[in-house]
Amino acid sequence: MNAPNPVPKPTGRLFEGRRKVFPRKVDGTFRRLKWAIMVATLAIYYLTPWLRWHRGAYAPDQAVLVDLAHRRFYMFSIEIWPNEFYYVVGLLVMAAVGLFLVTSAVGRAWCGYACPQTVWTDLFVHVERFIEGDRNAQLRLDRAPWGVEKLAKRTGKFASWLVIAALTGGAWIFYFADAPTLARQFISGNAPTVAYATVGVLTATTFIFGGLMREQVCIYMCPWPRIQSAMMDERSLSVTYRAWRGEPRTRGLKRSQEAEGPAGDCIDCEACIAVCPTGIDIREGAQIGCITCGLCIDACDQMMTRIGRPTQLIGYLTELDADHERRGEAAISPIRRLLHPRTIAYFLIWAGIGCAMLFALGNRARIGVSVLQTRNPIWVRLSDGAVRNGYLIKIRNMEERPRRFAISLDGMDALLWDEQSGRGSAARRIVVAANADQVAQRQIFLATSTKGEARTSIDFTVRALDAEGGSARATSFFERPETIP
Amino acid sequence: MSDEKRVDEATGTETVGHEWDGIEELDTPMPRWWLITLFGTIIFAIGYCFAYPSIPLLHSSTAGYLGWTSHGQLDAELAADHARKAPILAAIARTPIERIADDPRLLAAAQEGGKAAFKVNCTQCHGSGAAGAKGYPNLNDDDWLWGGDIKAIHQTLQHGVRYPGDDATRMSQMPAFGRDGILKAEQIDDVVSYVRFLSHQEPFNISARRGKEIFAQNCAACHGAEGKGNRQLGAPNLTDAIWLYGGDRQTITETVTNARYGIMPAWGQRLDPVTVKMLALYVHSLGGGEKLPPADPAK
Repeated sequence: MNAPNPVPKPTGRLFEGRRKVFPRKVDGTFRRLKWAIMVATLAIYYLTPWLRWHRGAYAPDQAVLVDLAHRRFYMFSIEIWPNEFYYVVGLLVMAAVGLFLVTSAVGRAWCGYACPQTVWTDLFVHVERFIEGDRNAQLRLDRAPWGVEKLAKRTGKFASWLVIAALTGGAWIFYFADAPTLARQFISGNAPTVAYATVGVLTATTFIFGGLMREQVCIYMCPWPRIQSAMMDERSLSVTYRAWRGEPRTRGLKRSQEAEGPAGDCIDCEACIAVCPTGIDIREGAQIGCITCGLCIDACDQMMTRIGRPTQLIGYLTELDADHERRGEAAISPIRRLLHPRTIAYFLIWAGIGCAMLFALGNRARIGVSVLQTRNPIWVRLSDGAVRNGYLIKIRNMEERPRRFAISLDGMDALLWDEQSGRGSAARRIVVAANADQVAQRQIFLATSTKGEARTSIDFTVRALDAEGGSARATSFFERPETIP
Repeated sequence: MSDEKRVDEATGTETVGHEWDGIEELDTPMPRWWLITLFGTIIFAIGYCFAYPSIPLLHSSTAGYLGWTSHGQLDAELAADHARKAPILAAIARTPIERIADDPRLLAAAQEGGKAAFKVNCTQCHGSGAAGAKGYPNLNDDDWLWGGDIKAIHQTLQHGVRYPGDDATRMSQMPAFGRDGILKAEQIDDVVSYVRFLSHQEPFNISARRGKEIFAQNCAACHGAEGKGNRQLGAPNLTDAIWLYGGDRQTITETVTNARYGIMPAWGQRLDPVTVKMLALYVHSLGGGEKLPPADPAK
């Protein structure tokens, strides 16, 4: 023991503490794109539950509704029953493959523009800037001792964040119930407890993630960047600093320095760092903290324009582009860059699932039938010596109007009756009325002679009795005692 | 192994003082959040012990500040459940039994309630699927000793069968033809042959021919001249395929010799009227329920 320790001298802490990020305001192409996407995504999130969609007298009028209480999922003209949950699974698979496709085509565009964490953080940052001022003012305020001004600004900021967070949590619950009704209930204090609890939890997470944790969610909590870094290759678009153009960095006027020796375009103004929402230095190369939002591109372009140098010192580039450019070769056209086996494969999978789902949706049956053979007792001897079996038939009427159905039997020459009609009025078919968008069930009986196989396969067919028609079929069995008592 | 504690350079933490093959263990203190959680649970546990029954005594336990008991909780839950069911049970109580089927929701609720009551009170004899057993009728079939319409079933359930404590009970008694010496063994043999012929189990042979005579004199009064039974008297139909005790020679001989005396309790004395009603509706729904006879216009 006590051998010389090869470990470098410790700093005293095992983990790096958070460096506070105060992103500076910037304007430019990508900032405007982010504005547009932010407005669009927030509008979709907040307004979707309020869209109305008339479905007739028997179904809710909300365009998008996850009706957990009645186990229905409504999305515009599509209504999904629990037994059709595979459509939701298909949608989730499409979303996953879609992310892969976007990543292989344009890199971490999801992270930079559309991810809720990015959108809400962006919104919170703007509110912060509105109340506390831009980067420098925020830095000053952060260092300033607690006083009236700091207290007022901090209170204002946190209160505004809390309002946004509460609205965000509040909007979520409207996807699960009729929005106007729930809004009235919520305000009057009559909404279900789960609604208040959900709003509370989502308010807290929005406030904490968007206001306090911000880039730490992306860097430490989110699994997606880790998955993405496994998917990146030399064709992946990422924010790249053209080091071959920018280096060596020199501060001050270029003209005066060029006389002294080589000088790159980078003036080391650190505008790219100041505007970065995750607080990284893009000039250090690709890193997990870069969500490729492009704000540093906007900042750098502004600077380059101001000092009269070509823009795009920082830009969206793939590794291949960078190699070509460094060697002075012509750049690959964007279309050729997009079309490579991986993007094509992802697109085909994505489109294939989408087409299969559309096809299935177009052809899905709106009638379903399940047959449950009575098992206790399996058979009943009747007074005339016949053997009776019973079946519980459930008819799913998935149309949004009441329908009448006829149940008939195949595979056996026997008459059907139900509890109401009695055996005296047994017939070839039994008519059952089903309410709109409901399951109708009927206990039916059929009897035949004791002679025959112990187990006979039979089919029940349920046919709709209106102009539109349609039918469904289910298999069951008729069973006889092996020895007659 | 050296037992010298020292401060580790890389982390600034003291070691526990043991060393095996150059491997040492740091004596890192528990994280603060962990300790706070630990002490928090201890404080919670102390509070819990005061609030709830917790410390076992000789015959019971400490009562707890909140006065909570599992019995009390059960009572409250049951009371809530009774309150929930009360309106529909009241509706069943005030609706005449033959009118309940007019309201499908009331009927469904009553049948569900009857099903639950059946599981508790009836399955011991009639089986969980009401398929019966020897001596206990199958309630799924279409053969009824005392009538299969809803009113008849309700009457049978309410007052029982041959139940001593109920004046309105379903009452009948078949003579023990053999045991009491009314018929001789050969005569019983003949009448069994005839009964087996009636139910299409044997041809009309000489024995059955003799039995027909005996049947007309001794049995037809209750079972009818054609052996089709009489529901007023609870006399079974002897021509059908269903036998309460068995249709083979030996069993019928035993029945004629010693008679049978099956008993069912008068459930009206044991259960509340709504439960009896629900039971009747459930039994009626098992597949053999008959329609009420049309009302007599003379009355």
